[in-house]
Amino acid sequence: MKGEATNSKDIVIKIENLKKNFGSLEVLKDISIELYKGENLVVLGKSGTGKSVLIKCIVRLLDADAGKIIVLDEEINTMKSKELDSMRGKIGFLFQSGALYDSMTVRENLAFPLKRIKKDLSAEEVDAKILKTLEDVGLPDVIDKMPSELSGGMRKRISLARTVIVDPSIMLYDEPTTGLDPVTSDEISFLINDIQKKYKTSSIIITHDIECAKAVANRILMLHEGKVYMEGTLSDFEKSKDELVQSFFKSKNQ
Amino acid sequence: MIKIVPIADIKRYAHKKTIKISDETLSSKNKVAEFFRETGDAGLFVVNVVKNTFSTGFEFNEFIRQCFQVGNKSIGLISITGIVIGLVLTIQSRPVLVDFGAVTMLPGMVAISIIREMGPVITALICAGKVGSGIGAELGSMRVSEQIDAMEVSSANPVRYLIVPRVLATTLMIPILVLYADALGILGSWIASNIKGDVSFVLFISQAFGDVDFMDFIPAVIKSFFFGAVIGLVGCYKGFNAGRGTESVGIAANSAVVLGSLLVILVDLIAVQITDLL
Repeated sequence: MKGEATNSKDIVIKIENLKKNFGSLEVLKDISIELYKGENLVVLGKSGTGKSVLIKCIVRLLDADAGKIIVLDEEINTMKSKELDSMRGKIGFLFQSGALYDSMTVRENLAFPLKRIKKDLSAEEVDAKILKTLEDVGLPDVIDKMPSELSGGMRKRISLARTVIVDPSIMLYDEPTTGLDPVTSDEISFLINDIQKKYKTSSIIITHDIECAKAVANRILMLHEGKVYMEGTLSDFEKSKDELVQSFFKSKNQ
Repeated sequence: MIKIVPIADIKRYAHKKTIKISDETLSSKNKVAEFFRETGDAGLFVVNVVKNTFSTGFEFNEFIRQCFQVGNKSIGLISITGIVIGLVLTIQSRPVLVDFGAVTMLPGMVAISIIREMGPVITALICAGKVGSGIGAELGSMRVSEQIDAMEVSSANPVRYLIVPRVLATTLMIPILVLYADALGILGSWIASNIKGDVSFVLFISQAFGDVDFMDFIPAVIKSFFFGAVIGLVGCYKGFNAGRGTESVGIAANSAVVLGSLLVILVDLIAVQITDLL
């Protein structure tokens, strides 16, 4: 089931010496990461280690205090509003909660980013694209339902559909399987790999779900206390004798 | 160089267990600095709203939807309140005016009271409660559930899509609700006059509007626009800058009502002073 990264070592995201504080609290301390084209990079770590803050800095939902974030050869931190909007069109962000718009139907939820990012599409093309994306996530029948009528797993799938509908080249997943049962978690992991193949995306997956990490990771990076603690493949992590890595993997396997 | 961190950013991450910053710690550390920072945040927010109001890409459909929310959904409450204001004012004033033999002045007195002060202020206070809390809670829950962040990463400007239509809707609809409340207040006054006496509707209206002139009416309508803008801006500011926890929704709704009502009264005080000078 695991997706396969392309052989290319083109860097799509390069983060250098990133720092982020909230008041006197240092959340990210000198983080440097690279994301290669076509790979699924899983970022593991305990709650509160700054995983979500890291990907929010990449789309400038939060401003970094220091360091460089270069996405597709462009520095994010110095971008003006219009350049940033254009760059955000190339990045898909799946929120932990799904973040579907409560007051809109599934169709309107999917049309919202599409109409704003791909402004030249006609109404028929928008409808066709919505239907195709819903088929990709296996939910074409819920098109006119409200988010409140959907189950947790369905909401996550619709949220994924809303993210990929604009054909992003980079995907950022913020804890995609949190709060889901094991079967639905597996389905979401399968979709993440499916999206990697179909849409040729490069992805950062923030999670503390080891099963999800095993299913989707081409490379794993562990954050601890705002720093990169370990980086490697799944087998590197499984073989590691480090106490923190072991306890993390063991506790998740129980 | 000191880096200024928006207070909303700190509050949003304060709920995480590993981040030991509570609202209490923040405020006790430097209350004065926090007050100025929050005032500065609010000022920048208003500037941002004004800038986005006059930029391209106005969300007309959302504006119409918000006008419906603000106007239509408040009309029942405003109807009852308007009639009751007229009834109460008349029932309370009539005995005194009868004692002085000035009962014919009752329609004019009630009309001036309602048009100048009671109609605008009471309608605005009710809207600060109903509309302001609604906006604060709605935007607060959108912030908590990351819907506002989702808009930002979809290249949609949340200020243009969420804030501008709401502020314009309250600014436009609250003066209309004020005029509606004024009309019902005068109707209520006529009903009360007929409980103890017998006055024809035509005579009552002609007496009421015989004493009302241009300068009673226009300043009241103008200040209603400001009441509307204040209610919309406060509700949006509190909701938009809510923290991350679910309790933030309640705090946003509550503070939108409290601050909105207070500012309505302060705007009224300023408006009365300006009108007095004219």
